[in-house]
Parts: sequence; C-alpha cells; structure tokens
Amino acid sequence: MSVFEGFKFRKVSSVVHDLDPRIKFLFVSVLFVMAILFTQLIALIVLFFIPLPFVFIAKVNRQWLRSLRGAALLAVFIFATNFIFGFLYPTSFNEITAPVDTLPEYLIILERSAAMTLRFVVLIASFSVFFLTTSPDHLGLALQQSHIPYEFCFAFTTAVRFVPVLADEAQTIMDAQKARGLELERGNLLKRVRNYIPVLIPLIVNAIRRSLELAESMESRAWGATAKRTNLYALKLKKADYILVVISILMLVCAVYIWLNVTIPSLTALIAF
Amino acid sequence: MGPNGAGKTTLVKHFNGLLKPTTGEVLVNGISTRDVSVAKLARNVGFVFQNPDHQLFSETVEDEIAFALHNFGFEDAVIEKQVDWALNLLDVVQYRKTSPFMLSGGERKRVALASILAWDPQMIILDEPTIGQDHHQKEKLQQLILQLNKQEKTVVVVTHDVEFVAECNPRVILMREGTILVDGKAQQILTDPEVLAQASIVPPQITKIFLELADLGLPTDVIDVHDATKILLNRLRKKS
Repeated sequence: MSVFEGFKFRKVSSVVHDLDPRIKFLFVSVLFVMAILFTQLIALIVLFFIPLPFVFIAKVNRQWLRSLRGAALLAVFIFATNFIFGFLYPTSFNEITAPVDTLPEYLIILERSAAMTLRFVVLIASFSVFFLTTSPDHLGLALQQSHIPYEFCFAFTTAVRFVPVLADEAQTIMDAQKARGLELERGNLLKRVRNYIPVLIPLIVNAIRRSLELAESMESRAWGATAKRTNLYALKLKKADYILVVISILMLVCAVYIWLNVTIPSLTALIAF
Repeated sequence: MGPNGAGKTTLVKHFNGLLKPTTGEVLVNGISTRDVSVAKLARNVGFVFQNPDHQLFSETVEDEIAFALHNFGFEDAVIEKQVDWALNLLDVVQYRKTSPFMLSGGERKRVALASILAWDPQMIILDEPTIGQDHHQKEKLQQLILQLNKQEKTVVVVTHDVEFVAECNPRVILMREGTILVDGKAQQILTDPEVLAQASIVPPQITKIFLELADLGLPTDVIDVHDATKILLNRLRKKS
C-alpha cells in the first residue's frame, strides 16, 4: 500500500498547497513533457531536482520519500529490463543517441538504463508532489471550472476520496481472515496469489454495496435536481499562480530549444575525459 | 465497555496478535504474542469481527464455516462434524447451501460467529455481537455465552449494550481514552452512576429506577429484573 501513501492528501497549508490546481497541473505536465523529451541521463538528473523545492516548501518530504520508496521495486524492474534488452538488441539504442565509439558498450547501456529508470522516478516524483499538495475538493473544483461535466468530476473526486477508505478496509479484511488462520505469506507463488481470494472477494463485494448505498443516499439528497450547480468556493488565479505559469512556460521553451539545438553529452563520456 | 475511541477494539486485537505491543508484552497461555503468528494464536483465540462483511467470501454458508477448519488442517470427517454442530448452534442450518451474501445482516453476523466457534477455540472475542440482532437472537446469544463460560472458556465481549451485559452479569472492565477506568463485577460497576458517566454509559433501566428510589431504603445495586421483582414483592408483602 506504500505507493498509495504518496498520493494521499493531508490537510495543511503552504504556498504550494494554496496554488491553483490547474496551474500546478500545468507545471507537472511540463515536467512530464520534458521527462519524455530527454533521454540523456544528465538532463534527467537536472529534471529530478526541479520538483524538490516544492517538496520542501510544502513540507511533504516524508510522504514524498515514502512514495518514491514504494516505486523502488518498479524502478528496479525497469532498470533490469532496459539493461537486459540493451544487451540483446544493442541497435535499438543507437537510433536514440549518437553512438560513442570510444566507450565500452556496457557503459553506454548502463547509462541508458539508468536514464530510463530516472525518467520513471521523475514522473512519480513530480505527480506525487501534485497529489500530495492538492486536496480532492480543489481538484474537483478545477475539473468543474475546466467545463468538464459535473458527473465526471464527481466520479473522479469520489474515486480519489475512497482510496484511503478502501486501503483501510483491505487491512481490516486481512486481519479478519488472519484471525481465521489464513496465512497470506505461505506457499508457492500460485498458492500466495490464491491466498488473496478471501481478501479480494469481501473487498469487491463491499465496494459494490457501498457504491449502491452512496447512489441511494445521493438521490435522496436531490442529486441532479438542477441542471446548473453553483459552488460556494470558486478558484481564482493569484500572483503566485501567474509566476508559476511563467516559470512553466519558460521551462518548456528552454527545454524545446535545448532539445532542438544542443547535443547533451553523456555522463560517462564526461567522466571518461 | 467504554465510549467510542476508548481503545476497546485495539486492546482485543492484541489478544490474538493482530496488533503487537509497542512496549511490554502480551502473554497468551504464557506465550508472548511477539513470538508466534496470528494463525497459530487464532487456533486458541477466536476473534469475531464487528462487521461480518469483512470476512464472508465463500459460495455457501457451509464453505464459509469450513474455511478456517481447512486452514488449521482438520481432517475432513472432523470438519463435517464441526460444521454441522456450528450450523445448528447458531440457528443457520437452513442456509447451509445458501450464499452468505444473500442473507440478512443479522444472519450474516451469526454465520460469522459460527465460522469462528466451529473450531472450538479456548478463548472467544466478540466485537459488538448484539448489533442488528432482534431480542430473540440476543437472548440466544446470551445463553450461548453463558454456556461457553460454563465449559470453562474465556469469552471477551466488546459492547455498548448495557442491558445485554446486565443480564449476563459478568466481570466488567470500563475503558476510556486508552486506559482502564475500573475493573470489577457488573453488579458493582453498572450501579455506580459516577463511574458510568465517565465512560459515557447509562445504567440499565432497572438500576436507574432503583437508584431513584434509594430514598425508600431500597438497595441501589440491582441490575437483574428477577432480583428486582423479588425485592419489590417482599417490600409490598411486608407493608400489607
């Protein structure tokens, strides 16, 4: 469940928390585009540092680190597959970067795999900052003010809101089944997967039951009675938001310029010379 | 007993090792819960969760009850016998082949209870067993608890149902904010309005009447309706 930890919002106030979610999303999307544009390790290392100030200003470093730790297993997997396939099909890499003749092949593949892994980490790191500092309510408001139909906004915020509830419930169900002698960690791989059936069935049945109850209780509170809903709060852009917009656009312009005109050297080549 | 958030469920979850103590030790039959798995402890300590929907998953009630017995490695013949026994005990024998999801809330709760009692644990923990049960079923539950107690089993009940506790007249431990407020006989604790108020519990109705009639020289430690009747009858006979 530790990956989810990184996406769980806690109600605190900071400059980052108070930013408009739409602008924050723009910023994270720019980071996303940049992480996809660049394949060089140096560029990705630079990208990794960009969300860090936000993490510290918002004081979410503990939760943020936890989500990175949760992603570690997947990162290792990405590194391993890249490395292995780099050896099996070395040509697939040459298309992406100019080959460096003076360096041994394994070093290039190593750097390449590290870059791919770091790209994944950058994505998790930046999106985790976004979700850690944006309340589900704000997110719903932002969606609504972007003219997305309210039904979809509601479905989305409800889904986000119920993630921690489901995680809690999964824990209780595991406890209840353990109390009936179920040992989740025992047996071979197939047996272990099957061990989770007594946990998954109650979890799914309860989720369905809960959604039906939610629908009934919403209808009894006049859901959908008026075509146009009004909101108590409306999102308005503030000075800090405009600054972030400028930063985001500048970053994107710089990134595209560098991508078109500058050849970024490989880290191993830099160290070698 | 105790108000919401007193730590009742947290405490009983230590009894079968679902929670391990951060400091100190919890000993069950002389064994520290740190040293053995929940599955091992569960063989002796049966824990019935508050919400049956957190545990029901099988296609039939029968399979549901047999699940734990398979986990503990009972033989097939024994499993069959124990399942029959538990189905009869909790009055759900007619639902043997029904899906537990088709049953009513109270029936699901009884199936959950049956699925724990089926392996005959030495200690039984019941978390809020009376919720959703009608009077008849509550009475049966009470008899069941007394019967288990007679078989020298330890039964721990977490509950808010003061009338239910009064009728069983057990040892009562009141909790509040993670600490034990008082520990003693039901007759002594459930008739002490000051202590009860601290744990936000209202005394049983019969006790309330006797507390308010204390001026007449009536005893103030009455929790049982039959006792109360006897006392009042004696009083009335003396007068006439």
